[in-house]
Amino acid sequence: MTVKELSEKLNLSICCGAAGLDREIRGGYTSDLLSDVMGNAQEGAVWVTLQTHKNIMAIASLKELAAIVLVKGLQPEEDTAAESENEEIPILSTTLETFDITGQIYQLLHPLP
Amino acid sequence: MNIRADLHLHTVLSPCGDLDMSPRKIIRTARERGLELIGITDHNSTRQAAIIRNLGREQGIHVLTGAEVTTQEEIHCVVFLPDDCLLREFQAYLDAHLPDIPNDPDKFGYQVVADPDDNILYEEPRLLLSALNQPIEKIERKVHELQGIFIPAHIDKPRFSILSQLGFIPPDLPFDALELSPHTSPKQFLKANKYLNGKPFIQSSDAHYLEDIGKVSTLLQAPDFAFEHLRTALHNLARP
Repeated sequence: MTVKELSEKLNLSICCGAAGLDREIRGGYTSDLLSDVMGNAQEGAVWVTLQTHKNIMAIASLKELAAIVLVKGLQPEEDTAAESENEEIPILSTTLETFDITGQIYQLLHPLP
Repeated sequence: MNIRADLHLHTVLSPCGDLDMSPRKIIRTARERGLELIGITDHNSTRQAAIIRNLGREQGIHVLTGAEVTTQEEIHCVVFLPDDCLLREFQAYLDAHLPDIPNDPDKFGYQVVADPDDNILYEEPRLLLSALNQPIEKIERKVHELQGIFIPAHIDKPRFSILSQLGFIPPDLPFDALELSPHTSPKQFLKANKYLNGKPFIQSSDAHYLEDIGKVSTLLQAPDFAFEHLRTALHNLARP
């Protein structure tokens, strides 16, 4: 599934980094500790977090993540958005809380037979 | 001259601070431990600091007044302000950005300001353990705008530290020093974080109990205790 398909299916708004919407999603990771994401997220994952600091983009780029999903209607800081455009890694936003959006993404990536 | 400093102490005002952490006992213990300079840094409040500084003045202990601020990213940062006017201005900033979550003293502990005779002057109704609704960069800018000192706290710790919360130190963040907890040493820490070689490091106790005051400390070299001289002394801790 691409980032674009995910955003359409779950009604996520695209904050920035639209040039990366064709990235393929190969899994997911949910965490607000950037040190933890740096150590454990897998390449191609979509990352669910409430952190909006620009370091999230550095980590997304380092780990070659597919996209970041911000929860509870949070928006990236200005410099975070600028990095997202540079790196072409989209930042999406949902009004849902972390538990709910993570569950929905999981269901899409691991559909019941 | 060499100044032995422990720049991260909590008091009875911090909910997690022991009730023995009163102004009188903190100053007495600091003297017993051979400290010449201490920093009063309660969670998200400066309201106890000036009382301890004034008491210290009478008893020959120099005190930096400030707080341990929790940023939006849940990073703890130690900050100090040079005088009472700027300290009040920073307190207004804290009051404006601390969420309105009431403290439950049974669960979190009491948050009181005490005078040198252990009389309670004030009880803080809002939970001081909350995070301010301000990102680290904005807090850093506010502190420096008010001519203060800004130090990311216990950066080696796996919780509430700039490294745990942000993964690495944003290269454009201006800090006056970086603080290490008593659980490591600058040498040991730098082995695992080579990119921070050459930065100014201090080590502080983060004491919540009297027995922890001065457990670790930092030796500062300054001509006197003037705020700007202490800032320079912090910067001079940078090793090539």
